[in-house]
Amino acid sequence: MAAARAIAIWTALAAAITVPLGLAALSPLLAWREAIYILAGFAGIAGLALLLLQPLLAAGLLPGVPMRPGRRLHGWIGAALVAAVVLHVGGLWITSPPDVVDALLFRSPTPFSDWGVIAMWAVFAAALLAALRRRLRLSPLTWRLGHTALAAAIVIGTVVHALLIEVTMEMISKVVLCALVIAALIKAVVDLRTGRLITRRRA
Amino acid sequence: MTRVFETRRSVILAGAAAGTALAMPALIRPAQAAGLAPTPTMRGGANNYRPGAPLVERIGGGGFTLSGTVRRAGDGAALPGVRIQMWAHTTEGHERDERSHGATLTDENGVFTMDMPQIVPAFGQPHGHLAYDADFDDNGYKTVFLRPIMDSARDTSLTTHFVLEPA
Repeated sequence: MAAARAIAIWTALAAAITVPLGLAALSPLLAWREAIYILAGFAGIAGLALLLLQPLLAAGLLPGVPMRPGRRLHGWIGAALVAAVVLHVGGLWITSPPDVVDALLFRSPTPFSDWGVIAMWAVFAAALLAALRRRLRLSPLTWRLGHTALAAAIVIGTVVHALLIEVTMEMISKVVLCALVIAALIKAVVDLRTGRLITRRRA
Repeated sequence: MTRVFETRRSVILAGAAAGTALAMPALIRPAQAAGLAPTPTMRGGANNYRPGAPLVERIGGGGFTLSGTVRRAGDGAALPGVRIQMWAHTTEGHERDERSHGATLTDENGVFTMDMPQIVPAFGQPHGHLAYDADFDDNGYKTVFLRPIMDSARDTSLTTHFVLEPA
């Protein structure tokens, strides 16, 4: 039963990540886009997909990936997420500098740009907080609350950003991936809080 | 670059007001249009603008129609011979490519029409760019940049209107 459950979870996860990327790759719009613009778009989709893995790893929810190695992987995927954001924004900058400058200054005509920029800063802040966690001597509670709050800002900002954008992603696979990312975040936050309550009771 | 920030609602209202005024019988129109407000520059309207694109019959191979009217603020009079420039991300090129830009003049009814390649969505929305640039027109109105959005990426035309204010 456990094996069947593990196979089902991993299959669903693989599908949730590869189907949106695959359908986006079939978009007829790609014919009229430069390579750098296409790369920037796919870096964005990849970043959204990585957001599905992060809470699952942080909370040890993936079958066969125990908490400790899962957390280490969470750190590496966090670094990959930063790289994806840099590629996304950098690629868009090369494609159309004034549009990206408008977005970064929160004066873009498109509301989704603001959400994306908020998510970008939250990604950088979450990564920075993780990198400086020991040096700053953060208490476990401060660290947990800070990183979780930033994670929530990343997920909400990214999901709204993605949902408001037209046609880079196929609509249904995009909505499903966004819903799963939010569900994974909520599940992880709920589970981890339960975990802390249990350890507190023991102490 | 000067940008006047505007909400979409006020732009839609301005467009609706322009449309209503156009549809009015000639007798009512002057009274109705007496307070016609100038169209404000839209956010991002001037992005990837190339000043002074040439007057052209069509941009590239054509197939998509970008059209509208140009009128005077206040009395709403149609403005003939006004130079309007347009550009967009199309099936033939990026917004900032020289071949994606062209200009045309309004006819005696203040109407401009440009045949251009199909606009495709870029930066999250299918949209066009239009400019009335005082530096390239002798009629003496204030510069305005527009960035209208298509209702659907499948549309093969886009209409937008200018109400210009004397400089």
